[in-house]
Amino acid sequence: MDKIINCKVLTAGCGQGELLVTHQSISLWGGVDPSNGKTIDPRHEMFAQSITAKVLAFPSGKGSAAAPLVMLELIKQGTAPVAIINMETDPLLVAGPIIGKHFYGRAIPVVCLNQEGFVSLKTGGKALVDGDRGEVVIYDRQLPLESWKA
Amino acid sequence: MQLTDQEKMMLDGKAGEAVRLAMAILVDLGEAIGAAEMVAIKHVHTDSGFYLGDAGLEFVEHLAALGGKVRVPTSMNNTSFDIERCRSYGVPDELADKIRRLEKAHLTMGATPSWTCAPYQDGILPKPGSMVAWSESNAIVFANSVLGARTNRTGDLVDICCALTGRVPRSGYYLDENRLAEIQVKCEGIPAEAFTDARFYPLLGYFIGKQCGNRVVAITGLSPSIGMDDLKGLGAAAASSGATALFHVVGVTPEAKTLQSCLIRNTPIEVLTLTPENLQQTQELLCTAQNDQLDWVGFGCPHFSPDEFKELAACIAGRKVHSDIDATIFTSRNVLDWVYKVGMIENLTKAGFQIYTDGCLLLYPQFIKRYGTMMTNSAKAANYIYSQSGFLAAYGSIRECVESAIAGKIMQEQPAWIKS
Repeated sequence: MDKIINCKVLTAGCGQGELLVTHQSISLWGGVDPSNGKTIDPRHEMFAQSITAKVLAFPSGKGSAAAPLVMLELIKQGTAPVAIINMETDPLLVAGPIIGKHFYGRAIPVVCLNQEGFVSLKTGGKALVDGDRGEVVIYDRQLPLESWKA
Repeated sequence: MQLTDQEKMMLDGKAGEAVRLAMAILVDLGEAIGAAEMVAIKHVHTDSGFYLGDAGLEFVEHLAALGGKVRVPTSMNNTSFDIERCRSYGVPDELADKIRRLEKAHLTMGATPSWTCAPYQDGILPKPGSMVAWSESNAIVFANSVLGARTNRTGDLVDICCALTGRVPRSGYYLDENRLAEIQVKCEGIPAEAFTDARFYPLLGYFIGKQCGNRVVAITGLSPSIGMDDLKGLGAAAASSGATALFHVVGVTPEAKTLQSCLIRNTPIEVLTLTPENLQQTQELLCTAQNDQLDWVGFGCPHFSPDEFKELAACIAGRKVHSDIDATIFTSRNVLDWVYKVGMIENLTKAGFQIYTDGCLLLYPQFIKRYGTMMTNSAKAANYIYSQSGFLAAYGSIRECVESAIAGKIMQEQPAWIKS
């Protein structure tokens, strides 16, 4: 059965895709290469993976104040995740999607889950982040991406 | 959010389209983070001049083209390259042109081309309690902790929106209750000789960032003789390993006259006791160099201060940098002017040190032809250089870095205060 978890919405919009989950915080600057959407910190457990078009879940942002610049570049280059799930609100992390919405007209929802909801996320699962309804839906079905929402 | 009439006017576009766009972004951000209102700010330190790709450039040029002007004094963080000398480093014309476009857009909007990550070394010293909006993680933690000014981790592009509106959402470190420490970091068990060794403070900062994330800490047991560069290195390292934006040093920093005065009330305080073993583990995490082989030595992350220049110059003692080593000092235009005025420049350049302004040590590896090992006096640099460029890093004092640059290999001694 699909699992529906209520979330706190930081930026509205809908995004669905494959879940990529890490329990370590992420610094976008020094952590992600906007040209290909790959993670580049060899000490991070999520090293050398693509965040592009993923529902990216990590507990919180950290590190450099350049995060909004990296996020806007990811959005421009088409290498951004489709949605972001955190446990803690990080103003730096949420700023990029907000500027992306106003400047490029592209919305990436950013939502927060409580710990119980967050630990239930598993890499490889399929999820919809519905920032308009305030829900994260974890799909039980193995359907092709384009037919999910319908 | 509850907006004032003037803020509503900005949001309605009555102060121009650039201000409308900037205010719309700030209002959305304020709603996202649960801010009830805006706060009027007195100064902005912006990182929107940093070139990371065309997206930021497009955004900034758009604001300038719409007629945006800063409403409060606005200094600029370091950029990607040494603007005047970038061609001599082989920066492609196309890229150099983009940096100049960023500079032009900011100057058009009225920002000051300070191009430094350490504005506090250029005489930009907001008063304790004053509201500012700063970017650049090391500058943020310095403003909050050492100056006692109030800023959140503003963030690139948000900062220029703050400059155009003179506003920032009131949340986080602008509020009294969020400036109190939840964790006490006890340094009482550390041998006293550590406190007179500049290598200690960045290791302490790196440890705090790793252990405490974005939580406010109160550090006890440090010597009141701690210097500005020590506090700079501590904060920069903590902001790079965690998301530290505010720390208190009891008996030293402005909001920590006593331990009780800077602790959060009615909550049990977590106590973290720093041990020499913690420092050793931190050093091992930072030092990724495998042997004594060395390719370049980088000073000034954050930008080198006058005191650091003096210390470096005293270490040279008439010798020269090894012909195989690139030894480069990163600083601001303003501090470089000082280096000329005091007549230090000849000593440095004769010895083979290059001085690089405007830009960032962390983006320098692209100019190093070989792929290998660097050495630095910055724990922040040792941390990021490895994750971003794959360069292995050694971390040492200014003296050790100078000796290594001259010898052409890493010259280091384990401090006695680290358990080995």
